[in-house]
Amino acid sequence: MASDATTDTTKRDFLYVATGAMGAVGTAVAVWPLIDQMNPDASTLALSTIEVSLSSIVEGESVTVMWRGQPIFIRYRTADDIAQSKAVPMEELKDPASDAERVTEGQEQWLVQIGICTHLGCVPTGQKSGSAKGDFGGWFCPCHGSHYDTAGRIRKGPAPLNLVLPDYNFLSDTLIKIG
Amino acid sequence: MSGHSSYNPTNPVAKWLDSRLPIMRFSKEHLMDFPTPKNLNYWWTFGAILAFMLVVQIATGIVLAMSYTPDAALAFDSVENIRRNVNYGRIIQATHAVGASMFFVAVYVHIGRGLYYGSYKEPREVLWILGVLIFVLMMATAFMGYVLPWGQMSFWAATVITNIFSAIPIIGDPLLQLLRGGFAVDNPTLKRFFSLHYLLPFVIAAVVALHIWALHVPGNNNPVGVEVKSSHDTVPFHPYITMKDLLAIVLFLIPFAWFVFFAPDILGHPDNYKPANPLITPAHIVPEWYFLPFYAILRAIDFDMWFISAKLGGVIFFGGSILVLFFVPWLDGSKTRSGTFRPLFKPFYWLFIFNFFLLTYLGAQLAVEPYSTLSKISTAYYFGYFLIILPIVSRIETPNPLPASISESVLGKGGS
Repeated sequence: MASDATTDTTKRDFLYVATGAMGAVGTAVAVWPLIDQMNPDASTLALSTIEVSLSSIVEGESVTVMWRGQPIFIRYRTADDIAQSKAVPMEELKDPASDAERVTEGQEQWLVQIGICTHLGCVPTGQKSGSAKGDFGGWFCPCHGSHYDTAGRIRKGPAPLNLVLPDYNFLSDTLIKIG
Repeated sequence: MSGHSSYNPTNPVAKWLDSRLPIMRFSKEHLMDFPTPKNLNYWWTFGAILAFMLVVQIATGIVLAMSYTPDAALAFDSVENIRRNVNYGRIIQATHAVGASMFFVAVYVHIGRGLYYGSYKEPREVLWILGVLIFVLMMATAFMGYVLPWGQMSFWAATVITNIFSAIPIIGDPLLQLLRGGFAVDNPTLKRFFSLHYLLPFVIAAVVALHIWALHVPGNNNPVGVEVKSSHDTVPFHPYITMKDLLAIVLFLIPFAWFVFFAPDILGHPDNYKPANPLITPAHIVPEWYFLPFYAILRAIDFDMWFISAKLGGVIFFGGSILVLFFVPWLDGSKTRSGTFRPLFKPFYWLFIFNFFLLTYLGAQLAVEPYSTLSKISTAYYFGYFLIILPIVSRIETPNPLPASISESVLGKGGS
């Protein structure tokens, strides 16, 4: 009798745990769509590539375009800007990156970056000719005072990283595809 | 706490109902006869004021939702439409917006009262924890509500606050996209915030019910912090406390009404009357006043600590400033509840209150000197109060003698 009871208990325990596990997995599977619907939907993802013509931008000027709901900063850098950026020693940088790593080879005058401060997501100023460019001639975030240089690298302030570079490539010398 | 029931229905319908669903008995025991310490002062009326404010916010909110449109292209105009065209919309919208501020005034007083009189101490720990939970839910609700008018401040508040989650290592960015429903704050974000802003007040109401349940098990704390010993120490909730609470609510309504009728926008920010623009960040973004102390703490951490970046550090301290409240019952080991009888505790407590006002002030300033350094000192005291001062003071302090009972403390004042 005693051994029967033990077998019975073991069997019941197994069934109990198996049922519970099945129930937990089932609940998780049922809940997942309710959570995943919050992720970017197909129409948002469909806007993931744009083409931008650079032909109308003159040297020293910047334009802002929208990509995935975010501003993209495109700057036609002057020779001065590039020289200034290249002259910065690596050890002065919080998030070290050489000027060459920030641009496409052979198209050094074009700096293309996501115009969102890496601190808490504000849009830095410095795109328009009259607006504050910060202490390093690049961009300045008014929210918490981050300064970016002419290669979009963080130089001063609370932001931890350089301005993010989107995936993009040159389709021709005056046409880029972002995304 | 409730003694023998005084509910003895004679009406046959009332008797019939009482044996099936004793809701009348429950109401009589908990809303009318409930024995309440007779020495409660006016700081104790803020619980009732908060219950009243929750009702005001839910009532005005439900009505506003009838005319509001949660769509990025239409939200701003729909709020303007409420303010200009909807009958009484100007007043209802102002009541809801000002009401959020008044709600926080009351909750800060309520929490401050609990901290002074040791209302979190044994056997009221669960009551306190539920209260902190309500506070967290309130903050989430208020934040999402502020986003709904879709002005510049709404949009950038949503951007900056959701960005806090991106500081979390590894899962930060996917989590950020999940919260926003896109790569930036946009229409999906607005819609989900509206949905949750409508939901959370009812969650708050449910936790408030638990909060009151947890209150009615040990009964109220009181200004001397001595437990109720006999029926001489108490008065029935109705009419003594109900009338006192009502008077307090009326007095509370005076500044509330002044704001609503004479200065509905004074607590807001002019930039929020510009429609949201994802390409331009306002030059000086500040949260609503009731978040300023915590915003000051978030900004105070502008330096890296070991492997923790300034950004993540700020977020950890920001979260920690609220999390620490959950542990107060165990950080303060003093057996004496009321601060009135704690000579060493008292100056530190009032310094904490002053410091909280200072943090509020600092949160509104630009992140430059001397405010940056002051913010760091102020943040250090905020945490030091809970993590160092409360545990040490409660160990080394000799409290003053307590009165033998609530009754004695009340009657003793007459010199008898």
